[in-house]
Amino acid sequence: MKKVYCKPESMTDIEHKYCPGCGHGLVHRLVAEVIDELGVRERTIGIAPVGCAVFAYDYWNFDVTEAPHGRPPAVATGIKRVLPDRIVFTYQGDGDLAAIGMAETVHAANRGENITVIFINNAIYGMTTGQMAPTTLLGMKTTTTPFGRDKNLAGYPIKVCELLATLAGTAYLERCAVNNVKNIINTKKAIKKAFEMQKENKGYSLIEVLSQCPPNWGLSLKESLKFVQEDMTKQFPLGVIKDIYA
Amino acid sequence: MKKLMKGNEALGEGAIKAGCAAYFGYPITPQNELTEYMSKRMLEEKRVFLQSESELAAINMVLGASAAGVKAMTSSSSPGISLKQEGLSYMAGCELPALIVNVQRGGPGLGNIAGSQADYFQATKGGGHGDYHLIVLAPSSVQEMFEMPAQAFALAEKYRNPVMILADGVVGQILEPMEEVKVDSTYHGDRSWVLDGCQGRAPRKIRSLLMEEGALEEHNIKLQKKYKVIKEQEQRCQKQNTEKADIILVAYGTSARVCYSAMLAARKKGLSVGLLRPLTLWPFPVKAIAELTGTAKAFLTVEMSAGQMVEDVKLAVNGRKPVHFYGRAGGGMPTEEEILKEIEKI
Repeated sequence: MKKVYCKPESMTDIEHKYCPGCGHGLVHRLVAEVIDELGVRERTIGIAPVGCAVFAYDYWNFDVTEAPHGRPPAVATGIKRVLPDRIVFTYQGDGDLAAIGMAETVHAANRGENITVIFINNAIYGMTTGQMAPTTLLGMKTTTTPFGRDKNLAGYPIKVCELLATLAGTAYLERCAVNNVKNIINTKKAIKKAFEMQKENKGYSLIEVLSQCPPNWGLSLKESLKFVQEDMTKQFPLGVIKDIYA
Repeated sequence: MKKLMKGNEALGEGAIKAGCAAYFGYPITPQNELTEYMSKRMLEEKRVFLQSESELAAINMVLGASAAGVKAMTSSSSPGISLKQEGLSYMAGCELPALIVNVQRGGPGLGNIAGSQADYFQATKGGGHGDYHLIVLAPSSVQEMFEMPAQAFALAEKYRNPVMILADGVVGQILEPMEEVKVDSTYHGDRSWVLDGCQGRAPRKIRSLLMEEGALEEHNIKLQKKYKVIKEQEQRCQKQNTEKADIILVAYGTSARVCYSAMLAARKKGLSVGLLRPLTLWPFPVKAIAELTGTAKAFLTVEMSAGQMVEDVKLAVNGRKPVHFYGRAGGGMPTEEEILKEIEKI
């Protein structure tokens, strides 16, 4: 009988601690599938963030280090500079990447570090149970914007890909989503392309993945998927934002 | 053959000779010569040099390079070292070896750019959050600025712990003859934790987050056991005329140089004065000081601070003899005459 589906070698058997409906598990798996398909598991080093995905090191079956909140791009820089032939990637949420770690994000991108960044944008702080993120939509209620995000008090949701696209050091930036099968397939394609580019020393790539967080959004999974489709993609349009090789 | 070198540059060359593979740093006075020196020499040696966007980034680049198994370092001065404390806590928690250099300047705040020793508490008591220690070495000459990086890397690797060289603006800026003696450049200790890709082995994880019931306490017990071994085995100091001396001066770094002159002047006047200079500030040379409480009548601690190391001297003396203090804070430097006056007061 032909085997059509199995757990990637790059995933461990450890049970995920993610909430029902969470997008992290999907993206973890996509990353693992890509690493398997490229045959680079034994020379990959991942950097886990602070946030919900901090436990990523338990779930991936390759070398992974922790990094202080927001600092994965700096840690990745340190690793990649001394081991340039390894595949080095960071996996970061919106708070980690675009709030506390924005300086590290911008400068690693601007230096054109030959690394891959997987950026999970769910517009909220999940691990700390639902505070405003730098990508929280205007009007969106969180535990620290109980009346909805007000631009006069909290500014605007940051478009990370568009911001980084202005930097000469970035090579490939694409925004995807994991709210339906079509988008999940596309996310995998983008992640694969980003890792392939790193393999070919083509420079800095970042894949932003719009992801759902049903418990902290206070929505059902079905409503969450719809929120990604109808609300988030309006603020964060899907597609290739920059590809210097296209 | 001796050559004339600046302290900061000698430290850079010493680190290179010790096998430093990666340097990450951010400009701040009075340590800029070190960053600038490395920007040229590391590239000449085909090693990694990177001017980071911040002190936070620099220490985390060191964290990454260290996790990847190479000798890595960063340097800064007081305000910049404050910014590195987060990374240092993580590195202590993850048990990652590295060299951190603090060429101290006056504080608090932006302070000034004069030499200072006001970061002693921060360096020796932990500095960042959590129960941890750095191993702290204190150079007082350009020669030691050259030789200490090799010692620092050896200790860092042996104990899998970040090591700080706590210099100051004076010893960083001073120009004096030094000899490029041969230093140790081998990698000490086991490398069974290094992240370099899991080829032919099980994947490895580096982390300080331990959420399972009791796991973090267990990890802390393990760290404390390590610190105990370090305290027992690595106390280092230099003693001059301390045998049978009535008054023992205790000073490190630049203060110790001034104390040395003060000691000679005092002895010329017929006063019985010796000098104990800690080479390791953590672990503090408790044993050597405790031993002297039998013969000495009093101790005088001299610092370029409002009085920090003096607390450790008092703990080591443990009430057996009086411990006096003389210090100047905010970039002030005790003079030979001032110290002599303090000695005569005792």
